[in-house]
Amino acid sequence: MSSKRVLIIGGGIAGQAAAESIREHDQDASITMICGEPRLPYDRVRLSEILVDGSSADTLALRPAEWYEDQRVETITGAWVIAVDSDARTITLADGRELSYDALVLATGSVPLMPPIPGIDLPGVHAFRGPEDCEQIRVAASRPGVRAVVIGGGLLGLEAARGIVAQGAPVTVVHLVDRLMERQLDAAAAGLLVPKFAEMGVSVELERATDQIFSRPSGAVAGLNFADGESLDADLVVVSIGIRPELTLAREAGVELDRGIVVDDTMATSLPGIWALGECAQHDGIVHGLVAPIHDQARVLGETLTGAGAARYRGSTPSAKLKVAGIDLVSIGHAEGDSEVISSDTAAGVYRKLVVRDGRAAGAVLLGDIRGHEALLAEITAAAEVEDPLGRLAEAAVATPADLPDDAQICNCNGVCKGQLVSAVVEDGCNTPLEVMSRTRAGTGCGSCKPAVIEIVQSAGGGANEPAYLCACAKQTREQLAARIREDGLQSVSDVSGACGTGRECGACKPALAYLVSEVNDNRHREERHARFINDRVHANIQNDGTFSVVPRMYGGVTSPDELRRIADAAEKYNVRMVKVTGGQRIDLLGVDKEDLPAIWRDLGMPSGHAYAKAVRTVKTCVGRDFCRFGIGDSVKLGIDLEHAWEGLYTPAKVKGGVSGCPRNCAEATVKDIGVVAVEGGWQVRVGGAAGANVREADILTTVETRAEALRISTVFLQYYRENADYKERAYDFVPRIGLEEIRAVVEDETRAGELLERFRIAKAAAFDPWLERDEPYHERQFSDLDDVELVGPPAGGER
Amino acid sequence: MIRVCAVEDVPPGEGRNVSVGDLRLAVFRTDSGWYATEAGCPHMQGPLADGIVADASVICPLHERRFSLQTGAEINGSLCVKTYRAVVHRDDVYILADVPVLAGA
Ligand code: SRM
Ligand SMILES: Cc1cc2nc3c(=O)[nH]c(=O)nc-3n(C[C@H](O)[C@H](O)[C@H](O)COP(=O)(O)OP(=O)(O)OC[C@H]3O[C@@H](n4cnc5c(N)ncnc54)[C@H](O)[C@@H]3O)c2cc1C
Ligand code: SF4
Ligand code: FES
Repeated sequence: MSSKRVLIIGGGIAGQAAAESIREHDQDASITMICGEPRLPYDRVRLSEILVDGSSADTLALRPAEWYEDQRVETITGAWVIAVDSDARTITLADGRELSYDALVLATGSVPLMPPIPGIDLPGVHAFRGPEDCEQIRVAASRPGVRAVVIGGGLLGLEAARGIVAQGAPVTVVHLVDRLMERQLDAAAAGLLVPKFAEMGVSVELERATDQIFSRPSGAVAGLNFADGESLDADLVVVSIGIRPELTLAREAGVELDRGIVVDDTMATSLPGIWALGECAQHDGIVHGLVAPIHDQARVLGETLTGAGAARYRGSTPSAKLKVAGIDLVSIGHAEGDSEVISSDTAAGVYRKLVVRDGRAAGAVLLGDIRGHEALLAEITAAAEVEDPLGRLAEAAVATPADLPDDAQICNCNGVCKGQLVSAVVEDGCNTPLEVMSRTRAGTGCGSCKPAVIEIVQSAGGGANEPAYLCACAKQTREQLAARIREDGLQSVSDVSGACGTGRECGACKPALAYLVSEVNDNRHREERHARFINDRVHANIQNDGTFSVVPRMYGGVTSPDELRRIADAAEKYNVRMVKVTGGQRIDLLGVDKEDLPAIWRDLGMPSGHAYAKAVRTVKTCVGRDFCRFGIGDSVKLGIDLEHAWEGLYTPAKVKGGVSGCPRNCAEATVKDIGVVAVEGGWQVRVGGAAGANVREADILTTVETRAEALRISTVFLQYYRENADYKERAYDFVPRIGLEEIRAVVEDETRAGELLERFRIAKAAAFDPWLERDEPYHERQFSDLDDVELVGPPAGGER
Repeated sequence: MIRVCAVEDVPPGEGRNVSVGDLRLAVFRTDSGWYATEAGCPHMQGPLADGIVADASVICPLHERRFSLQTGAEINGSLCVKTYRAVVHRDDVYILADVPVLAGA
């Protein structure tokens, strides 16, 4: 068999795709990839993540480091190829090393176009192409008061603008022509886009030709001058006006060039033994600047280079999706043609257009409603005949991914078709969308195809009828485990792991298991902290820098001068970074070191507010009858009573309460898990409200006459929820799942309500204030690391 | 080989941080033995020692990425955390800190 030496120059998406395709067809070839950048191939498409949330470049890796070992792909990173001798079949690296090849793949990509105007080299002017650019833009954009300008209103310029706005800086996009994304959009869609960007803080100025970037005396950038004499102030300028294929090496090698490296249908260049693909390659007059064509090209290149087959590349249909959160936009193929059908709802910001040329599908623009884009892409790629374009456009909007043909491409970033997803389920036995995604890599690029992937996997039978497992590794449900715990008298998470194998493999379900063990044992279980999330090991909420926040309990939102004084003193003594009044009517001390937690709790002398736990959090109140001129019920008293009655109890998900003194509802009780509102003649008890990630008005469970009765009914509901909800299932999901009628039947059934209250009482009797662990920690090092242990050398007698 | 703590210094199933020279390490005590990794999660420097530990993996407390404690590779992901060998002799825990054991090794 061959043991061909293949050299790939360029470690971008194209270089990586070529390596994978070549390896697939030839197990013996020696493959070496020379990466100009100082890192392994990464997903350039997801680069804005660095800009938006400060992720590091490592998180964008296309393959983990061990993949290269497994697949025997040698990588040389941070190395530049400076010469190719196509007769001797050798290349030369900048450090002088020479390597020989049988086949050479040019995947040198492209470089950002920078206009040759004065000031383009100033500090504060950035391109938008690599991790370094994104990191610098992020740092610059997060300085207070910064004004940013993006030159270029194309796909990438708009993505950059969105990333900068996410850092809090106002952005203006200046664009040369009279509409945004003119390569992908028609004038109507481009026009609708402008107000959508304005809403997120990005203003757009069209027909602006920048002819100078001017600076302050310090040399820092200060603004732009336009050809029409106008100007704009700016401290940060990002240039995104296009790309230029990187041809330096190809020119040196002597291959035929036009705008890019000219390749034929086999992806071969004009010189024998040299191939090219990606953004540096030109096929049939076209240089693509997107990922999907790279995968099409790599499939052909892998076959023809290894001699494994006779595939031919026939071009790709360009399809672009704007990756800007909050704006759905897909453009496929040609934006204009001899016949166009449009369905548009300008008020809703929806615009859908199908472009037809010679009776065949040739392009589409979908804005605001992108349903059916996978099906349209497949038809446009196949240049399918369309008899009734308007009907087709309407049909596409209601088609689901399940209706697509097998060769419809679902994941553009990794070039995965529907058929591959289905066969991952049917043939390879993948059970869940997650398994399918890690096998096929679909959905692991920009992520925008994930909903379609999930739908297809489910319609293929994967994960469709899968019950909600508490432990997905050992496939056990909450009900099964609860029965085992009860029957076998299991007392701890380890008992359950030992008996059922639960929680051993990945550990993700351990907190759910810990809750179940405690709940079934009425809080008289054997507590094991390793099964708890860090928040519940140290009774504080972990922050992004590893410090913690401390929220003492303030029953019903009522405090006193003495408490406030202690809080103030503690905040000063422990250098608390921020003292904040929370949305839950109490005070948060943020940025406390773990080691300081016991001491600050002691100084505060207040009980834990459980702000870090799946437990009863707050019961918000309004001032109510004692002060308010409209108050008809003593909401403060009831709120404080509820909080005392429920504090210290752990729950499947957090529980928040509210009590308002009249229907004006100043305590927002109608959007709480459990809310009580004073009404004429009594108290209305509501359950299942939400005003967080979801907003849901709480259902009225019942109306009772007295405060005591309101407390009793809400407590019956709380215990019913504690016993029957899945872990992490908030009341706002639990109530509709069980149904209000069923819940009402339980609380109104004297016997069942009595039993629930009895179990509540037993569990509550075992509850204690976790902050008392300041004096009785569960382990000597509950709050500390090993920094005080003296380091010593190896033992005599060697290791065991 | 450096002694970093006694066995009882780390509660079963948990991790703790320690500094060895310039290295900040997390030391884990699991059902399948002792492990050590660099302390900061490669994603955004989350404290891995505060994570949830299973037989031979740890879940970062900040964004729930999961890493093999044996190889350091992220499970269902592409990150990798440096791992170090941890050995127990009598009641003491030692780290071989001058030789990082990389993923796949
Ligand atoms: C401190 C506080 C914000 C503030 O400064 O006001 C806050 C802070 C956090 N909230 Fe909240 N929430 C706070 C009131 C709220 C409220 C308002 C309220 O309680 O009346 C809501 C909407 C009501 C609700 O929950 O339905 C709220 C809805 C959320 C959600 C969305 C929950 C949902 O299912 O929709 C999360 C995310 C989650 O739980 O998964 C969340 C999660 C968080 C976490 C715990 C995120 C985390 O896991 O690290 C934040 C901790 C910050 C930190 O580092 O300490 N927080 N959060 C408030 C503390 C209240 C308190 O005294 O306990
Ligand atoms: C921010 C951003 C967002 C994007 N979003 C999308 C999107 O949503 N959808 C989409 O389809 N496309 C998107 N793209 C475009 C997509 O990323 C590119 O089409 C693709 O990455 C090009 O890959 P490539 O391998 O051809 O080129 P490149 O990624 O440029 O890789 C070429 C590599 O070769 C190296 N190299 C060059 N010359 C040499 C030499 N002589 N020696 C050694 N090494 C050399 C370079 O350093 C570079 O690392 C986006 C691009 C950016 C910048
Ligand atoms: S709900 Fe508003 S109006 Fe009614 S008692 Fe409370 S504060 Fe007063
Ligand atoms: S810091 Fe570890 S997962 Fe984000």
